[in-house]
Amino acid sequence: MKHTLTFNRYLILLAVMLTASVGDTLLSHGMSQVGPVSIHHLGLLLVAMKNPWVIAGITLLIGFFASYLTALSWADLTFVLPSTAFGYVVVALLAKFWQHETISLYRWLGILLIVCGVGFVANGPSLTEHPDPALLKEAKS
Amino acid sequence: MTPLILKQAGTVETWATISGVAITAVAGDILTAGAIRRIGDLDLIRAKSGMAGAIKAVTGSPMFLLGVCSMAVSFFTLLFTLSVVDVSLAAPASAAMTYIGNAFAAKFFLHENVDRRRWISAVFVTAGVVLLAK
Repeated sequence: MKHTLTFNRYLILLAVMLTASVGDTLLSHGMSQVGPVSIHHLGLLLVAMKNPWVIAGITLLIGFFASYLTALSWADLTFVLPSTAFGYVVVALLAKFWQHETISLYRWLGILLIVCGVGFVANGPSLTEHPDPALLKEAKS
Repeated sequence: MTPLILKQAGTVETWATISGVAITAVAGDILTAGAIRRIGDLDLIRAKSGMAGAIKAVTGSPMFLLGVCSMAVSFFTLLFTLSVVDVSLAAPASAAMTYIGNAFAAKFFLHENVDRRRWISAVFVTAGVVLLAK
């Protein structure tokens, strides 16, 4: 049986991709406002927790973990993991179009490879079908 | 090409710490995925017992908690690695080893059908992550 995903499940995978990458970007933006944290000034981490960008980033990362676990409950790990890698592509595109950073040829090539990798796995079944042990036993006898 | 300048770690320590990050990350991924597979479809559990029931089912699994601990160890190993190895080597190398390691571990421990399509995907994603870090 070929496992295909419903629209809601594609939305969960989209949440896995977007929440991780946007969450990381928001955390990075927030921490750049807070400044460098050294081992002697760990109290600064508590100050960071009051930064709205850091709070938004942590909220999105909690959302990432929840959607990642939900996806793992109906899809294989080797199906879900490439989706999380697609987050790197989203971060690179955010850097290009939001932060106006320059993306090198190497990075564009990396983006292309990840898109191809995700495309390969997305076309296949999402879950490995294990035969029912009781049915196997019945078939042997 | 610019020569790679490592921090104070030697070759053995460099690759031992990077491998440590990857091995603990793979263990974390496999344990959490295995635990969630045993628990069942979280969408159905949420529909039946609500969000609190789903959270209780997940956090009540020792295998899941072991996986989260493994992820935490991986995070702190990465922090240690970054203090002795350049990030331009440590981040892509550990991410690449984790992707390939997960494909092997999912096949052997979770008995997933890692067919040619998924191997190609793992290789493409690994190469893509390495190129993104350049």
